[in-house]
Amino acid sequence: MIYWYIFLAFFIPGILGYGGGPASIPLVEKEVVDRYGWMTTQEFGEVLALGNALPGPIATKMAGYVGYMEGGILGSVIALFASVAPSLILMILLMVTLLKYKDSPKVKNITKLIRPVIAVLLGAMTLQFFMTSVDTSGSVQTVILIVISYWMLEIRKIHPAFVILLALAYGGISGFL
Amino acid sequence: MVTNKKMREKSSGTSSLKVNADIFAAFFRIGMLGFGGGPSAIPLFHTEAVKKYKWMTDDEFGDTLALGNTMPGPIATKMAGYIGYRVNGIIGSIVALVAVTVPTVLLMILLLGALQQFKGVEWVNNMSAAVVPVVGVMLAVMTWDFLKKSGQSLGWARAVLFVLIAAVLMEVLNVHPVFLIIAILLISLLSFKKGGAS
Repeated sequence: MIYWYIFLAFFIPGILGYGGGPASIPLVEKEVVDRYGWMTTQEFGEVLALGNALPGPIATKMAGYVGYMEGGILGSVIALFASVAPSLILMILLMVTLLKYKDSPKVKNITKLIRPVIAVLLGAMTLQFFMTSVDTSGSVQTVILIVISYWMLEIRKIHPAFVILLALAYGGISGFL
Repeated sequence: MVTNKKMREKSSGTSSLKVNADIFAAFFRIGMLGFGGGPSAIPLFHTEAVKKYKWMTDDEFGDTLALGNTMPGPIATKMAGYIGYRVNGIIGSIVALVAVTVPTVLLMILLLGALQQFKGVEWVNNMSAAVVPVVGVMLAVMTWDFLKKSGQSLGWARAVLFVLIAAVLMEVLNVHPVFLIIAILLISLLSFKKGGAS
């Protein structure tokens, strides 16, 4: 029965959470804390804070971890599957349908009209990231990191992996400088 | 070209292994380097799928991202699962999903005990904080790419107008992007004009 509950607890946020994983976290909390009582609000908050310090999608990290705590490895697999599969299957079906008609002018029009929307969404995320950085690292550090990472990524064309690793290393030692 | 490549590589077993290895490597990197949850990994998806492996064009990437946003659920796994599916069918989809989720879940399970001790330790928090502006720069570059493409295909006057309308709707009036994207889908599919002025 626990496996069924684990499935439901992550299926529901996966199917109701619009705006990516981070947007579904309050829904996950509602299931895990309020409905099933697997964790207290404080425990959930602590796990979330630690999860945010690690790389990777947050929704699957939370699902995999809570699933493991409640139902071992099988629980972890079920939680991951429940949070990921339903929306992915929908996505594949829709994209396959759309690609079938990709040469029709109507579908081409979609691409054209959607670009400005994506630009705004990405622009908003950009601002959000810069503002978060100013809040946590201060404006001087933020500007320095922006200038250096822009120079590395766009002018020197260094792979983002290296730039991110350098930023991690810099962050790690910055407190001791 | 993408489909040719896909067909060719599907036809022989050894190169299918190579494709799966590529898929795994690409999405493993995305998972391990995406600090700040799935949405912050979007520029990394773009780097791997469009620039490095050329599995899709910029436009296809934009469409995938837009449609991904109309559907519920985590964005990173929808992108990974779909791109994997496109490159190598259901197997590719599973490989991509495993690569983007399992390593970080394992890290989470294995490190949680150890991490409890590091909680609030300044240099650990500083590490994640230093990545934030880097992701900001990658997002800014992608934003500019999409703006430029909008300008080229719609004409700058119309592109700027659309961007302003989208910005006011989503950021000022807080209309959820889902509604905007669905509206664009409906308008494009139902309109009888060809509307292709470029």
